Amino acid sequence: MKKILSGNEALALGAYHAGVKVAAAYPGTPSTEILENIACYPAVHAEWSTNEKVAMEVAMGACYVGVRAMASMKHVGLNVASDAFLASAGTGVRGGLVVISADDPGMHSSQNEQDNRLFARLAEVPLVEPADSQECYQYVQIAFQISEQFDTPVLLRTTTRISHSKSVVSANDSEPEIGLHQPVFAAEPEKLVMLPQYARKRHPIAKERIARLIKYGDIFLYNIEISGDAALGIICSGIAFHYAREVFPDAGFLKLAITYPLPENLIREFASKYKKLIVVEELEPFIEERIRAMGICVNGKEHIPVTGELNTDILRESALKAGWLVDYRKVISSTSSNQSLPARPPLFCPGCPHTGVFFTLCTLAARKSEIPGKPGLVITGDIGCYTLGAYPPFSAMDTCGCMGAGIGQAQGMGWAGIKQKIVAVIGDSTFMHSGITSLANAVYNNSNGTVIVLDNGTTAMTGHQPHPASGVLANGRKGQKIELEAVVKGIGVKNSFVVDAFDLKGLRTILRNALDSPELSVVIVRGDCAAVSKRTGKSLRVNEACDGCGLCLRLGCQALQKNAVSIGIDATQCISCALCQQLCPKKAIVPVGE
Amino acid sequence: MNEFIPSKFNVLITGVGGQGVVLAGDIIGEIALATGFDVKKSDTIGMAQRGGSVVAHIRIGHDIGSPTISRGEADYLVAFEKLEAVRWADYLKQGAIILYNDQAIPPLSVSRGETTYPSDERIMITLSQYSTDIFSLPAGLLASEIGNVKILNTVMLGALSMFLPFSPEGWKKVLADRIPQKLLSKNLDAFDTGRKQIMKIMTELADEQEKLAFTEALEHHYDDGCGCG
Repeated sequence: MKKILSGNEALALGAYHAGVKVAAAYPGTPSTEILENIACYPAVHAEWSTNEKVAMEVAMGACYVGVRAMASMKHVGLNVASDAFLASAGTGVRGGLVVISADDPGMHSSQNEQDNRLFARLAEVPLVEPADSQECYQYVQIAFQISEQFDTPVLLRTTTRISHSKSVVSANDSEPEIGLHQPVFAAEPEKLVMLPQYARKRHPIAKERIARLIKYGDIFLYNIEISGDAALGIICSGIAFHYAREVFPDAGFLKLAITYPLPENLIREFASKYKKLIVVEELEPFIEERIRAMGICVNGKEHIPVTGELNTDILRESALKAGWLVDYRKVISSTSSNQSLPARPPLFCPGCPHTGVFFTLCTLAARKSEIPGKPGLVITGDIGCYTLGAYPPFSAMDTCGCMGAGIGQAQGMGWAGIKQKIVAVIGDSTFMHSGITSLANAVYNNSNGTVIVLDNGTTAMTGHQPHPASGVLANGRKGQKIELEAVVKGIGVKNSFVVDAFDLKGLRTILRNALDSPELSVVIVRGDCAAVSKRTGKSLRVNEACDGCGLCLRLGCQALQKNAVSIGIDATQCISCALCQQLCPKKAIVPVGE
Repeated sequence: MNEFIPSKFNVLITGVGGQGVVLAGDIIGEIALATGFDVKKSDTIGMAQRGGSVVAHIRIGHDIGSPTISRGEADYLVAFEKLEAVRWADYLKQGAIILYNDQAIPPLSVSRGETTYPSDERIMITLSQYSTDIFSLPAGLLASEIGNVKILNTVMLGALSMFLPFSPEGWKKVLADRIPQKLLSKNLDAFDTGRKQIMKIMTELADEQEKLAFTEALEHHYDDGCGCG
C-alpha cells in the first residue's frame, strides 16, 4: 500500500502497526497530528492529556504493565514532561515506551528552537531521527523494539519539516494485534520505586545500557553508508541528509538513524575513507562535538548556521564559503529579494472572540502610558492564538514566555513593587495545562491583580483540539466537562466574573471593575472560536453614512478592508460578530440587505 | 498543450491563509503519485495559517530529496493572490510558467495606510524578470460565478493542469477522492473553467501571433516591391 502521508500521519500509522495500546499527548505544533491520527483507531486508547507531563506519566504507567505506549509533544512540551521523562529513563520499561519530540527549528510556531537531541544525552536514552515520512513509519516501529530490547524509553525526534512535509509511504496492509493479552501489574520495587536505595542501583544499569547501544549502532541496519568521491565524507541525520544529498551529489554519506549514542566503530571506519569529514545537522553541533571528542578531525558548524532552519540554499551558501563546494553553476542568495513588499502577518480571524478583549485592553485609559514605553497597565501574556494580541493594531501583550507563565509573572511584578496595574491573559486550554497551579499560588500568597481567562472552548492555535474545559475527548466522544468558574471558585478566588466576548460595553465595564478591585480577580471572557462556531448571521456591510473615520479598522479585522476611496466589508469573510457595528459612531455598519 | 513531458519538476503554490493552498498542493501530490511519480510536499505551517502568507512546495519526479524547493528552482508558480506571486518570485527558474489569480487581498498594513500594495505594473515587471509565460486569471471572479468563491483554488488547479503531464480524468478522480460529495460538482465545474480559461488565453495569443505574422508578411511583401506599389 503506497500513500502520501505527512511525517506525523506516518508516525501514527507506524505506532498503530507496532501495536501501541496507549497514546497520550498535549497539542503543540508541529506534533499535534500524531495523536489526532492515532485517535482514529478504536483499539488504541488515545487521549489529550491536560499537559505533556501528565501525558508522559500516562504512557509510563501503561508501559509498566507490559503494553506498548507512546507520548508525543512539541519540543518545549518535553520541558514540561522532563521530570517524568527522566524518571522513566531511571526505571526503564516493560512494554515499549516511545517519546516523540517534534522540534521546531526556525520557530515556525514556537517561542524557541531548542534542540531536543540534547535531552537524550541528559536522560541517557537512545535517540532515533527519521528523515522523511517513510522513515517515520519504520523508525517508530523500530523504536518500540529497541525500547523493549534495552529496557529503556526511546526518544524519537522529528522537526517541523519532517512532521509536516508529505511524502510517499509504503505501509503494511495487515492489521496489528492490540489487546489480545490481559495485562497485569507485577510488583518489582527495585525497578519501579525510585527511592534513593533502589535508584542508586538503576543508574549503573543506564550507563551499561548506553555502552551496549553504542555496539548495537555499529551493526544497526538503518545506519546507512552511501559511498562517494573520497574527497568529502558527510555524516548526517534527519532532514539535513536530504539537503546535503542535493548540495553534495558526489560526496560519500553516513546517514545515522540512531544519533545517541553514536556508533563509534562505524564512524571511525567511515572517517578513514575520506580526506575531509563534515557533519551536516540542524541547530546544535550535537553529532559533530561527539565525533570530535572521539579524536576524529571533523568540521561543520564552523560554517553551517547554528540557528534557524536549514535548507539547500543556506547549506549551499555555507559550503561555498567553506570551500567544500567549488564551481557551482550559479550562486543564489539564500535571503529573499522581496523584503520591501507589505508583510502579511497572521491575524485574528474575522469573528474571533479575542478581538473584543484585546481592543478593550489596548484602549482602556489605564493602558495609556505617561512615559513612552511604560504602559499604565501591564499585560502579561501566554501561549495561544491570543498571543497575536501582541501585534498591531492592539500591541496589547507585554510578555510571553512559556505555557502558563503569565499568571506567575504578574505576581512577581506585583511583589517587586511596580505601581502600574497588572493583568494576566491566558487561554482556556493553557489555563487547564498550567494556569491552575499559578492561580492557586496567587490565592495562597495573597496576591492581587487580574487574571483574564479567554474561554473560546477549544485549543485553537494548534487546530481546535478539545480540552478538559470543553468536555470532548480526543476521539470525539463526550468526556466530563470541567467548569472554569467552579475551578476558579474552588481555588478560592472570591472576585470572579464571566463576560460575553462579543459585548464591547460589557467587556469594558467588567474589566474596569476588575482592575479597580484591590483584591485578586478573575474575568472569564467567553465566546466560541470563530473557526469552529456555527454562527451564521447575515454578513455586514458599510452604508453611505460612513465618513471613513477608520475606528472600525482598529479591530484589525481581515474582513474590513480600506481602499483609496472607502471602507468595505468582505462578505465572504464576515461572520457577523458585530464588533465593528457596536463601534461605529455613524451607525454605518448594517446587515446585508438592510 | 503538453509540449514536453518533464521527468522532474517543482510547483510552488502561494496565497493567503484560508484560500485553500494546502489542499490544492495535496491534490497535485495525489495525482503525481497516481501517475507513478515520487512526490514530496511541504507547506507553510503554524501561525501563518491565520490570514498570513501561505506557500506549498511540491516536488515531483523520481528519488526526490529535500521536500522544499531551492530558490531559482520552481518550474511553476501558481499564486492565488497577486502580491503573493511577487513575494515568492525569487523561487522561479528562468522560463518558468507563472499563473496568478488577478485579485488583491490587501494586508492589514495596507488597509491602515502604513504600506502600499504593489501596482500591477510592478507585479508585471518583477514576474517578467523570470519568464514571458505569465498567465493572469480572474479566478476569484470565475469561482463566484460558479457559486462559491472558495473554489478559486480548483479554478487555479484546472489552469495548472493544462501544463502538467497528468490526464484530466486522473485529476478529476483525485478531486472526487478528496472533496466532499456535496461540493464536488461545483469543484469539477471550477476545474473545467480553469482549463477553458487557459485555452482561451492561448487562443487569443495564437490569434495575435497570427495577426502579427500576417502583418509582418504583408510588410515584407511591400518591402520586396513585388506588389502593385
